Amino acid sequence: MAESRVPHSNLPPPASTVGVVGWLRRNLFSSPLNVILTLLAVYLLFVALPPLLRWAFLDASWDGDNRDACRPGGACWVFIRVHFDQFMYGFYPDGQRWRVNAAVLLLILGAAPLFVRAVSSKFKIRLGLGLLIAYPLIAFILLKGGMTGLPVVDTSQWGGLLLTLVIAGVGMTAALPLGVLLALGRRSRLPAIQTLCVTFIELWRGVPLITVLFMSSVMLPLFLPAGMNFDKLLRALIGVTLFQAAYMAEVVRGGLQAIPKGQFEAAAALGLGYWKTMGLIVLPQALKLVIPGIVNTFIALFKDTSLVLIIGLFDLMNIVHNATTNPAWLGFSTEGYIFAAVVYWLFCFGMSRYSQNLEKHLHTGHKR
Amino acid sequence: MTEPAVSPTLKPLSDHVMILIEAVHKWYGVFHVLKDINLTVRKGERIVVCGPSGSGKSTTIRCINRLEEYQRGRIVVDGQELSNDVKQIERIRREVGMVFQHFNLFPHLTVLENCTLGPVWVRKLPRRQAEEIAMRYLERVRIPEQAGKYPGQLSGGQQQRVAIARSLCMNPKIMLFDEPTSALDPEMIKEVLDTMVALAEDGMTMICVTHEMGFAKTVAHRVIFMDGGEIIEEKPPEEFFTHPESDRTRLFLSQILHH
Ligand SMILES: Nc1ncnc2c1ncn2[C@@H]1O[C@H](COP(=O)(O)OP(=O)(O)O)[C@@H](O)[C@H]1O
Ligand SMILES: [Mg+2]
Repeated sequence: MAESRVPHSNLPPPASTVGVVGWLRRNLFSSPLNVILTLLAVYLLFVALPPLLRWAFLDASWDGDNRDACRPGGACWVFIRVHFDQFMYGFYPDGQRWRVNAAVLLLILGAAPLFVRAVSSKFKIRLGLGLLIAYPLIAFILLKGGMTGLPVVDTSQWGGLLLTLVIAGVGMTAALPLGVLLALGRRSRLPAIQTLCVTFIELWRGVPLITVLFMSSVMLPLFLPAGMNFDKLLRALIGVTLFQAAYMAEVVRGGLQAIPKGQFEAAAALGLGYWKTMGLIVLPQALKLVIPGIVNTFIALFKDTSLVLIIGLFDLMNIVHNATTNPAWLGFSTEGYIFAAVVYWLFCFGMSRYSQNLEKHLHTGHKR
Repeated sequence: MTEPAVSPTLKPLSDHVMILIEAVHKWYGVFHVLKDINLTVRKGERIVVCGPSGSGKSTTIRCINRLEEYQRGRIVVDGQELSNDVKQIERIRREVGMVFQHFNLFPHLTVLENCTLGPVWVRKLPRRQAEEIAMRYLERVRIPEQAGKYPGQLSGGQQQRVAIARSLCMNPKIMLFDEPTSALDPEMIKEVLDTMVALAEDGMTMICVTHEMGFAKTVAHRVIFMDGGEIIEEKPPEEFFTHPESDRTRLFLSQILHH
């Protein structure tokens, strides 16, 4: 046949590979085993979900101010309602709690531009660094008081979510730079620095956090001169920070190792020195690579703050636990722990989502 | 082999010695990789280095900006001798641009930022001025329109041209090229070679490791043949290609010209 060749037009893909049907096929019913697993999962949800929903919502009691307001058989959210302020602020004095709110509000307002796409990254970096330095100071003065005419609130009165956020916030912001320095030190060509960093990392990674906290509160005072009192919260902060810095160092080192030698050479060939090479070329790439690992460590840190209950600090976890042992409210530990779990989950999930956004935002073209 | 479009005129060279390599030896462990390398490069001179793989070509030119250490001999770059002094090394590196086989652009920075990094952080120029310089060189390598893109979004040939522009932004006295076209697809080799020829026409002092013999013929003052860590032959290109002295050179040329 002597037909001239007509270009083939683009056809739509088969209906079974796109849309809802295609998705179901690919993800839920792609093989006999998957069909069985899917059906099993549906059955389990069918069995477990309705009673749970009934307990948590339909039969639950929400209003009231004592335990008599609670119907049996449903969740007693009254317990949470009554203790809510305590869960948030711990034993921070009632009339002073606006200071905590002010500190949180300040952080939210200060950090808000960091999350706006339209703001230039140069401004973001400056703002971020500024916040990193200035905010802890301002927040400390605000929360602790004493200097600006505000009444002093001793750190032993800080508690609840406030304390959890203080420990996690300080731990994260201090552990990351410290971890970066340790990672750089571990790869240093100077044997003294390398040995020091390796020893530090291996020592701290080798012991459980609970031991670190315990030693900081029980053993440290034995070594300090008599009468010298070291703030308990400060000791916990130092313990958590150094412990997490050791983990962070290894995460960052993984990123450093993934940077090709050519990057160091190109930087050297331009005449950049060690710190500029690290700060401008290597770390920006290495840290971006290990965002998932960093966030993983942050999330672990956030949850590990609950271990401070071992040294008698009343973080969110401990204060919830404390409320469940209150004789007037015995028998509501399920509600208490569910509440704590939801709060922890919200923060950790938030961090996770933010990091995924960040990764997408920092992605610069396809990899080669 | 891709013949560059134009041939630069060979101007008379000044007597100013830009690079002096004297009796340099280097070992990797017990492996004697450079054996008594001697080379003098005058201002504006263009040297092409060729030789079989593993003969020490890269190692030699990487010694000039101290990406590699050497154990014996000395190297003087524009009157400054390389030593173990880090500041001295950094001073020399500022004056020596280097282009790598695999480009080694900074993937997290845009093309423009790649080019301004050195001027801003090493030469301490104000950012505005650095950007003007960068745009000028990006125009020289004919990709000013890519300034805002990231290296990962460019073709190999474009990336290598950015790498050349990045080096030029430091206003170097010497340019070193280590097989700049070996990692490129054939259709991109010409655009990079043309850029290098243009650079040669401006009188840049260049040492170029390459197997592009067309480039050597049109641009080089001297061609150096290395094998087994030694300089075997050193001749102007006309002589080098028509009357090679050693058997090893002849063998190499026959392999590279009729593959
Ligand atoms: N870091 C290194 N350690 C040990 N041997 C090396 C190293 N780098 C290169 N070599 C060896 O040195 C020799 C010269 O290498 P190179 O200068 O890269 O050769 P060319 O560039 O001529 O192909 C080769 O035999 C190579 O295997
Ligand atoms: Mg080589």
